[in-house]
Amino acid sequence: MKALVAVKRVVDANVKVRVKPDNSGVDLTNVKMSINPFCEIAVEEAVRLKEKGTVSEIIVVSIGPKEAQEQIRSSMALGADRGILVETTDDIGALEVAKILKGIVEQEKPELILLGKQAIDDDSNQVGQMLGALLGAGQGTFASVVNVAGDKVQVTREVDGGLQTVELTLPAIITTDLRLNEPRYAALPNIMKARKKPLEVKAPADYGVSASTKLKTVKVEPPAERKAGVQVKSVDELVEKLKNEAKVI
Amino acid sequence: MSILVIAEHDNKALNGATLNVVAAAQKIGADITVLVAGSGAQAVADQAAKVAGVSKVLLADNAVYANQLAENVAALVADLGKNYSHIFAASTTSGKNVLPRAAALLDVSMISDIIAIESPTTFKRPIYAGNAIATVESTESVVLATVRGTAFDPVATEGGSASVEAIGDVEDAGVSKFISEEIVKSERPELTAARIVVSGGRGVGSGENYHTVLDPLADKLGAAQGASRAAVDAGFVPNDMQVGQTGKIVAPDLYIAVGISGAIQHLAGMKDSKVIVAINKDEEAPINAVADYWLVGDLNTVIPELVSKI
Repeated sequence: MKALVAVKRVVDANVKVRVKPDNSGVDLTNVKMSINPFCEIAVEEAVRLKEKGTVSEIIVVSIGPKEAQEQIRSSMALGADRGILVETTDDIGALEVAKILKGIVEQEKPELILLGKQAIDDDSNQVGQMLGALLGAGQGTFASVVNVAGDKVQVTREVDGGLQTVELTLPAIITTDLRLNEPRYAALPNIMKARKKPLEVKAPADYGVSASTKLKTVKVEPPAERKAGVQVKSVDELVEKLKNEAKVI
Repeated sequence: MSILVIAEHDNKALNGATLNVVAAAQKIGADITVLVAGSGAQAVADQAAKVAGVSKVLLADNAVYANQLAENVAALVADLGKNYSHIFAASTTSGKNVLPRAAALLDVSMISDIIAIESPTTFKRPIYAGNAIATVESTESVVLATVRGTAFDPVATEGGSASVEAIGDVEDAGVSKFISEEIVKSERPELTAARIVVSGGRGVGSGENYHTVLDPLADKLGAAQGASRAAVDAGFVPNDMQVGQTGKIVAPDLYIAVGISGAIQHLAGMKDSKVIVAINKDEEAPINAVADYWLVGDLNTVIPELVSKI
């Protein structure tokens, strides 16, 4: 079966971002960009399913600026077979991304659609669920175990009280949680091979999507600063401060 | 304007997170209807009817809603939602699972994890793991949002006298099925609602040591227990105890971080706590920068001493 994986180019997880002085957004000039960590886990899961013989072809999709090709190539170096970049610099949101992905799913007809549970830049945690709605497909969100059997997939999900297992009819959407797997590193020969894999460039209009998001970002501010704390020298001092100064115990 | 709040529950009792969502809905200033979708959930509907500020409760009681499968609940929410100006749910795994699906069915964008309400259409929400706060305005016909519980004080569980209306709507998408669940049992307060949280990180060394060292402290303080991702990944404790961007967001009166370095990811889940205490053997640990009080020392000796002195 075919698997489709959606990946997003985001600020590297280890970068501490700064808000622009004009409050229009965060400053992304000369900041290290990477594949979103949850998306990387989705790629890894698809590759593992291919290694098991469940999946025959992995298509990786990214929607964003021209530079997002780098993240598609990284995914190919991990084992994806071909890529589709939907190039846009428009201000699109989760709903528009889901609509573009729906168009791609209708063309490519994958049985498994894998996404990260959330992007670490906007922290929305919406696209997989929205795509599920648009396709009328089942969704296994926050997945920590995925088992494909015949025309069904069992997904163990990380929920607030513990774990929940659901069974979905294929085609189905799976969004990955951190504990699903540990992504591999790309070996140099695979990085070289990835350069030769096919990558199609498309536009949102090819999938009938043209509008920007109806959510307007009015401003972006740094969070309230915490006032500097103090180092205490002993347990006695800590207990005294908690009791008499902070009054929390 | 009228607001639909999706109740969070286990078919027996209303989850406290719903009270925070009702509190957020009250700030909009409109009639509040609570939807209880479940199976054998009459008791939940009765509890919801008593919640202060709620004017109506809709009870959709059917086996298809027993386990809150997103495919079925979202279809119901989207169907009912056309008649409301706002639809709110808690920013829990259940709310996050259902609401975006309902939004797409209604063909509207939604706003995740709001922490403040500026106007009926303008909200604040954290982005980049809480390192920036965005103010977002929605021009959609229906405003859908998940609400960060710790940002709104819960309304009272008593004082309301809403009517309960059973609705017969049944939406079975037929593409998903509940198989099983594994719920972690604990005698301690629930992590996201606790007044005091004691969390351990990689520094506690092992699962055994986590309990040997931290259990007495949590017991003494009546605290909930949390953990960093490192402690969860190392298998010290189950994943539902993880505090952070990808785990639970907490904002207790007192957060005690033990053997936690303080990665960006972890700070996103706890830096709105009122008082933060860090106990770490590393003087340079980033957690010290957000801590109100920090003590450098070996947790294996410091924590037992702390237990004996409080």
